[in-house]
Amino acid sequence: MYVRGLGGRGHLGHRPVRITLGRVAGVLALLAGFLACSVFAGLVVGPSTLAPGRVLDVLVGNDVDGPAADIVLRIRLPRVVLAVLVGAALSVSGVLFQALLRNPLADPYVLGVSGGAALGGIAMLSVGSAVGLGYEAVPPAAFAGSVATTLLLFGVAGVRGRVSATHLLLTGVVFNAFASAAIVFLASTAGLTESASIFLWLIGNLSATRIDIAGWVAAFLLLGLLCAAPMARSLNLLTLGEESAQQLGVEVERHKRLLLVATSLMVGAAVSAAGLIGFVGLIIPHLLRVVFGPDHRLLIPAAVLGGAAFLVVCDTVARTLLDGRELPVGAITALVGGPLFLWLLRRHHVRSFAP
Amino acid sequence: MTQPALSFRDVAVRAGEREILRGVDLDVPVGKIVTLAGANGAGKTTLLRAASRVIATERGAIRVAGEDVARLSRRRLAQQIAVVPQDAAISFPFRVEEVVLMGRSPHLGVFGFEAAADVEKAALAMETVGITHLADRSLLELSGGERQLVLVARAIAQAARVLLLDEPTAHLDLRHRVAVLSVVKGFVARGGSALVVSHDLTLAARQSHSVALLAAGRILASGAPADVLTPDTLREVFGVEADVLHDADGAPVVVPRSIAQPPRGDRAGNAG
Repeated sequence: MYVRGLGGRGHLGHRPVRITLGRVAGVLALLAGFLACSVFAGLVVGPSTLAPGRVLDVLVGNDVDGPAADIVLRIRLPRVVLAVLVGAALSVSGVLFQALLRNPLADPYVLGVSGGAALGGIAMLSVGSAVGLGYEAVPPAAFAGSVATTLLLFGVAGVRGRVSATHLLLTGVVFNAFASAAIVFLASTAGLTESASIFLWLIGNLSATRIDIAGWVAAFLLLGLLCAAPMARSLNLLTLGEESAQQLGVEVERHKRLLLVATSLMVGAAVSAAGLIGFVGLIIPHLLRVVFGPDHRLLIPAAVLGGAAFLVVCDTVARTLLDGRELPVGAITALVGGPLFLWLLRRHHVRSFAP
Repeated sequence: MTQPALSFRDVAVRAGEREILRGVDLDVPVGKIVTLAGANGAGKTTLLRAASRVIATERGAIRVAGEDVARLSRRRLAQQIAVVPQDAAISFPFRVEEVVLMGRSPHLGVFGFEAAADVEKAALAMETVGITHLADRSLLELSGGERQLVLVARAIAQAARVLLLDEPTAHLDLRHRVAVLSVVKGFVARGGSALVVSHDLTLAARQSHSVALLAAGRILASGAPADVLTPDTLREVFGVEADVLHDADGAPVVVPRSIAQPPRGDRAGNAG
């Protein structure tokens, strides 16, 4: 039994709807609706409760300088926009890593790429001031850290040109531990004034983001998406093996280089804005694949919208779950993502872990 | 007119220290099926990989319809040569129809969605191979044999000039072996050409126009099945004593009997 229609949901393999431009448009409209709802909820919910009507007034411009406008436009909106950007970047980079490594367990956080980006960012914070570089140099440094970590991962986990999933995940775990230790070490020795906020780098959050790097974050996300979008159909072929993709006309090496750039841009952006937020790149692509199928022509844009909506919701929960105190949003995503990862690991154990 | 669909001239391939192919000469004529046989590790798969340019050749030339494969873009090459691999990596739940549609990829633009004509070609390919009933199933749920049929259908949908098949019947039952080979026959009857790696010599003898035996990186013998498949060549190539009988049509039937004494299957032994 299966349900025909937009969702085509149900068990794996019962999804008899082929990807067409119309279906992509339909699904994206649906997800855009979700995103709009989550953004609106993010603007309504908070320490001081605002009626949805008043928020709407602010948004359509009926209320421009009241206290509600102040809260909505100057406090909540920047934060929600940031969650949109970071959530989209993490979710899409998860999709790209999964296609590149042909493994649904790949995720920038699990693989240690986020950790590498954070290390790059912290290293820049620690030594950058000595050479006259300020906070705005953090995103490029995080990008560099992400590139270096991805190359390292491939170098260590690649066995005769093939990347073994087991080696890859182990390398990621070890590198994560190393990166965390190095971050703490660097921050302590440099006596960073924000040394309390190092903790916030290690467990990602959106409460301490410097707004002066928002431009970088948006630019990195856009550039990454521009690299990734034309590859969508080739990524489908890549998931069936590199040789097979080549034999179907894909320039695999060029695609791998572009993917490295795209994922590093997006991870660099997300990490320099919000630190280490885990599992978004794991949860969202997985859910989207179950519901809408694995075709990247739909999956990539859907991951932009889905990841954005998910992080907005998580951040709203993080802001309001404990009365008066904020949780780091990374704690929320990890609480959801950890168990899901274990479940996925168990499910894919037999098939995906053959070296 | 007499130009072969696919030709290998003095093709050598090296993997590190080891010479896998040492000067292969082979033609696949237009409209013909050529079976490539040889011991495990003789370099059969390597030859197919070289033709589809997923590995580099050290010397020699491989031409498809007279064009050097090294000079074609991957996309152009994929329009000329379709490959049926031994198996596919499967990590994500693509449906059978989606996988077969991937065969249309070399004919689509960068942002392309498949047109109605592509969907029709994929449907036809699935029907030809006899897997229409699997169209909505996930690749993750299929048996090895069913996956092999999907890969054959994908290659048919690719509508290339030349089909390279790497042991396409290895996981198949008798009925599906015959079915796949009749699909290949239909493909060459419509002007295509096929190079098939196979260990099933009897079926190969019956279904292909010629047989080439690969040993120690060279073609040891090639020609009509009845000429090539003899007790002497089988001893030379596989190191077995075998009886070669003949069916009612005169096609050879290979019945292995024992390991040849002394064994001559090792590469050094038959290199000369």
